[in-house]
Amino acid sequence: MIRLERVSKYYGENPAVKNLSFTVQGGEVCVLIGPSGCGKSTTLKLINRLLSADSGEIFINNKNINAFKPELLRREIGYVIQSIGLFPHMTVAENIATVPRLLSWDRAGISHRVDELLELIGLDRRVYRDKFPGELSGGEAQRIGVARALAADPPLLLMDEPFGAVDPLTREVLQQEFLNIQQELKKTVIFVTHDLNEAIRLADRIIIMRGGEIIQNDTPERVLSRPKNRFVRDFVGTDRVLKRLSRIPVATYMLEARAIAIDAKTNRMRSGRQAENRHFFWVTAADKRLLGWVDKHDLEAQSPVKQAMTRIDPKTDALNQHATLREALAHILSQNVRTIAVVDDKCRLVGEIGLSQIEKATEEVRENG
Amino acid sequence: MGKLIRGWIFTLLFLVLFVITVSHMQWWRFFLSNVFPGQKELVYPRADLSLLVGEHLVLVLFSAGAAVVCGVALGIFVTRQAGRAFLDIVSDMSSLSQTIPPVAVLALAVPVAGFGVKPTFIALFLYSILPVVRNTITGLESVGQEVKQAARGMGMTRMQTLLHVEVPLAVPVIMAGIRIAVVINIGTATLGAVVGAGGLGTPIVAGLVRENPAFVLEGALAAGLLALLADRILAQLEKSLFKNYAR
Repeated sequence: MIRLERVSKYYGENPAVKNLSFTVQGGEVCVLIGPSGCGKSTTLKLINRLLSADSGEIFINNKNINAFKPELLRREIGYVIQSIGLFPHMTVAENIATVPRLLSWDRAGISHRVDELLELIGLDRRVYRDKFPGELSGGEAQRIGVARALAADPPLLLMDEPFGAVDPLTREVLQQEFLNIQQELKKTVIFVTHDLNEAIRLADRIIIMRGGEIIQNDTPERVLSRPKNRFVRDFVGTDRVLKRLSRIPVATYMLEARAIAIDAKTNRMRSGRQAENRHFFWVTAADKRLLGWVDKHDLEAQSPVKQAMTRIDPKTDALNQHATLREALAHILSQNVRTIAVVDDKCRLVGEIGLSQIEKATEEVRENG
Repeated sequence: MGKLIRGWIFTLLFLVLFVITVSHMQWWRFFLSNVFPGQKELVYPRADLSLLVGEHLVLVLFSAGAAVVCGVALGIFVTRQAGRAFLDIVSDMSSLSQTIPPVAVLALAVPVAGFGVKPTFIALFLYSILPVVRNTITGLESVGQEVKQAARGMGMTRMQTLLHVEVPLAVPVIMAGIRIAVVINIGTATLGAVVGAGGLGTPIVAGLVRENPAFVLEGALAAGLLALLADRILAQLEKSLFKNYAR
């Protein structure tokens, strides 16, 4: 899809990018990471020709990018920068419509596309279409930035620290949304960040840069397990195992949940109660929605389940199935429990995960090292 | 929306009131006779106030109009890549020439352009181009680098970036410069009477010569009201033509 061959860019005497060569396959998320001044942002700007290389060549689909007029090239490449890049004098709809308008789409087509994109990024079009960027929260502005880049459906997306200006909580939400959208759209993405956790979570391939050169170009797993040299080892830090947990979704290691369902009317047990060697059961409604948990002894005491059980809020006390093992570990440690329920987006119980499963995962990760 | 319409109604009311006021000389006589009791001649006798206002407006419209066109163009030019080299010179010159009193410019222009409207036009043009240039530069320079980069990154040409992003974002500052220029221009244009350009300066000069403060007040008051009215109309135009976004 995109190929850089011995690309260099100098600012005066100093190389911003030196002899850079790498290839990104179609549909791949490639994350460029490194300390500030390592040339990662420069690389993006070389690809969309906001900067021109002093030497070397860049190919998109085997065509040299210099064969296109820069403006026309850029309209084929989505470009996301931090939220401040939105045009403050244009509404959300006008911002999103920027590239389609440059491509002279008809009005109805543009309007339809804007609605489609607002839906994709999960913002209500009736509320957001006519707002100005100054009225948006940081997270909303970032989403609009992504929508604007996706507007003309470009196959290639360049993202320059797109989630850099939002708080950590919002960032995690945005990252998850990015993964969901990427799963659906399968764009080729080159993503610049200085946040290693973000890189590990999002990347199919991580390129670690320093001083304008590539230090290591590998899958996140291999970057963590086989850091190429001291620089990479220091860069990924001592919590490599913990970081690798954030690559693994809970769904991979979770167990089938032992649950009893209760009838909404009678409050009596409808099913379940396996005569098993465990001291508690999850309690769900008839539609599998998680309600709480109940101790085995209380259950045996024949009292109505609803009175015996401890209620839990599936939104805060349970784990979404898209969450990672790292988040599972954080939940388990912070709530001081041994096992935590896993629910889907509609709060229906799909499984459970405990410390022993996470231990198993870390051991496997270490062995496969 | 309602606020905008109310603004226009207020502006129009102001305009109508102004027109009625300058066309009813008996009102001026009544007012001035109360301010200066015992003064025999109360209003400038050789020309009606409405005619003087007309002359004044022609001077102002042409000189300020030319200054706005040239000033904005110059401001845009020196903030482009091609004109960057001139940025410092132009902004220094614009600050410097603001310190030269307009009477001096007028005096210097007379030997070149003779008496009458021409030297006045030159002086007014030179004097009011400055706030326009300066505010155009400030406005364009204050547009965020990220916004410009985003525009270029989306595939806008330099011209599209200028027209769709930079100018709209700089408009509030540029308009402020234009308003300053016009208001200064209306005040300064009274000096034109000294070199025979007519306008509202005529009764002022005549009043000074004949030691008749009523004439001076007549011209000064009318010029002041005209400046307020012009400022009001420009402010209202800005509000109507350009969207008010949360800044």
